[in-house]
Amino acid sequence: MAGNTGDRKTGDKPQAHGPGPVPLLHIRDLKTHFNTDDGMVHAVDGVSMHVHEGETLGIVGESGCGKSVTAFTVMRLVPIPPARIVGGEIMWRGRDLLKLSNAEMRAIRAREIAMVFQEPMTSLNPVYTIGEQIAEVVRLHEKAGRKEAMDRAVEMLKLVRIPHPEQRVKDYPHQFSGGMRQRVMIAMALSCNPKLIICDEPTTALDVTIQAQILDLLTDLKERMGMAVMLITHAMGVIAETAQRVVVMYAGKVVEEAPVGELFANPRHPYTQGLIRSIPRIDTAAIEKKRLEAIKGVVPSLLNPKPGCRFAARCPHAQPECVAATPPLRPVSLGHSAACIFAELPASKRPPRSIDASMSPVAPAAAVA
Amino acid sequence: MAGSIPASATVDALAGGAPSRPQARWGTEAWRRFRRHKLALFGTIILGLIIFGVLVGPWLWKVPINDIDFNARLAGPSLAHPFGTDDLGQDLFARMLYGGRISIAVGLAAMVIAILFGVVIGAVAGISSGKVDAALMWLTDLFLSLPQLPLLLLIIYLFRDSLKNIVGPEMGVFILIVIVIGGFRWMPVARLVRAQFLSLREKEFVEAARALGASPFRLVARHLVPNSLGPVIVAGTIDVAAAIIAESTLSFLGLGFPPDIPTWGRILFDAKDYLDVAPHWALFPGTLIFLTVLSINYLGDGLRDALDPRKVM
Repeated sequence: MAGNTGDRKTGDKPQAHGPGPVPLLHIRDLKTHFNTDDGMVHAVDGVSMHVHEGETLGIVGESGCGKSVTAFTVMRLVPIPPARIVGGEIMWRGRDLLKLSNAEMRAIRAREIAMVFQEPMTSLNPVYTIGEQIAEVVRLHEKAGRKEAMDRAVEMLKLVRIPHPEQRVKDYPHQFSGGMRQRVMIAMALSCNPKLIICDEPTTALDVTIQAQILDLLTDLKERMGMAVMLITHAMGVIAETAQRVVVMYAGKVVEEAPVGELFANPRHPYTQGLIRSIPRIDTAAIEKKRLEAIKGVVPSLLNPKPGCRFAARCPHAQPECVAATPPLRPVSLGHSAACIFAELPASKRPPRSIDASMSPVAPAAAVA
Repeated sequence: MAGSIPASATVDALAGGAPSRPQARWGTEAWRRFRRHKLALFGTIILGLIIFGVLVGPWLWKVPINDIDFNARLAGPSLAHPFGTDDLGQDLFARMLYGGRISIAVGLAAMVIAILFGVVIGAVAGISSGKVDAALMWLTDLFLSLPQLPLLLLIIYLFRDSLKNIVGPEMGVFILIVIVIGGFRWMPVARLVRAQFLSLREKEFVEAARALGASPFRLVARHLVPNSLGPVIVAGTIDVAAAIIAESTLSFLGLGFPPDIPTWGRILFDAKDYLDVAPHWALFPGTLIFLTVLSINYLGDGLRDALDPRKVM
């Protein structure tokens, strides 16, 4: 942590391969743990990732794998206590967000990093019109006048393609549908022209057509406004459509990181391979009449984990050395790295599983079915 | 302003003739909703008439409140004395007009104090978890469990004379009674506000506001308090009623205003010995207290609904 001053010039980063511009956001070895009655839950346990200017980074993983906690830690919105940021740093344009005072952090929120939440139905204050809510953000950060801020609200609604924005600014949240509210949330998040917008499962609560519209809108706005997007989701389909680079998380750790095309074409971690196999495919399913594959077992408990690969309990190729030590994330090709001892081997050449489930480093939440 | 967003050029073009008429005022909208609440409107009119009456009345009805006339003792309503007279032949209408000022002022002022204390204490307890919350709730429970009447006696006994010397007898008793009544009625409000805060502060819109850079104070003032006002308004209207009645209780015990100051509670108390021969004496103040309390309750009901935009009206 202490020796990070040189990093910005040299680009000496653990996961970023090859020379490139200094990333906008660089999370290094972040550890967010939660203190519970049963012990420490290692929700985020040594996560590193970075986002470049103007890029869309997808973060994918099952529920409880730590994607949202990572995002909330970046925004410094995790409740402390029970949460504790045990280690790591979050470099944002040369500053460590974890070292900022609360007031400095407040100035960064919305102006530089904004966030859109999963649940649009409850993310707006029911007692104010949406115009007032957007204007509030503008007035808070830009010391704009009431009229000026309200004009900006109309402009933002127009930007997120809400019809008749001049009338709609005066409406209350309950007069909007879920998809419209998510647009309003995006408008609020973008109202101060942030450099990075973190979307925490922005489409999970919406139906499929609206999902596509919101994703299109996000991609479009990203290009028009030149901002970076950190898109958290559990849907591989969303990632494939939207992201340029993908980080796959499992049980509080990054298990694979790759450009989106590379990840789908050539997944190296068994977990990623399982995820991709579990996407329903209309072409092969219709012909072969195969059952949709699922990753067997469940996400392990993150309570006081022991060293070793956390996917070992569910991995079809797990070996004794997998549970001896945590396999580090290592480069496979340019911009592609995976945390698996067999990262270089194609799936067909990997040996079958040779340990039983009880040897897994994390408490065996459920035996391998 | 537009220049700060790269996309603005297109947006401005699209927005082109966007009319920049002022946003519908929040007050207008609330008033529109309030008007639909017939009982609340009725309550407001009655309350308005009563307040107008006690404010303007004493200037129009020039009969002195302490003009003793033994020839007209306990007389029923007549043209000379619209509300009749009491056992000393004093004109009840004049006394009611004068006393109404005090009763309503006591009720409103005590309500304001109770709400102010309650909201502040409840808000602080609700937003800060742990020790501060626990300490404030202990304080609330302590006040709730205090034997109120003996304490009231003690406080009034201790401070009445010194306050009288500072601000005069009438004002002194007024301040004392308002503080005593208000100071013993904030606890339910504090608990209400705290309970509201505990559930509201976990809501996504609070988290969203925090994610967009709102400070804790702003979260409380802009997002939590407005959302928890509904029950507080209702509690406030009940407090006005309770304060008017508490004032008459204190007068009954000889601790309120001196007997020569005719508050509604005092008049009612004096009338109780003559219920069989002069029922009008008790009926008029009783009816007015009842009407005031009822209309304030309706008013609060209407306010709560009018200020809640989710309510479809």
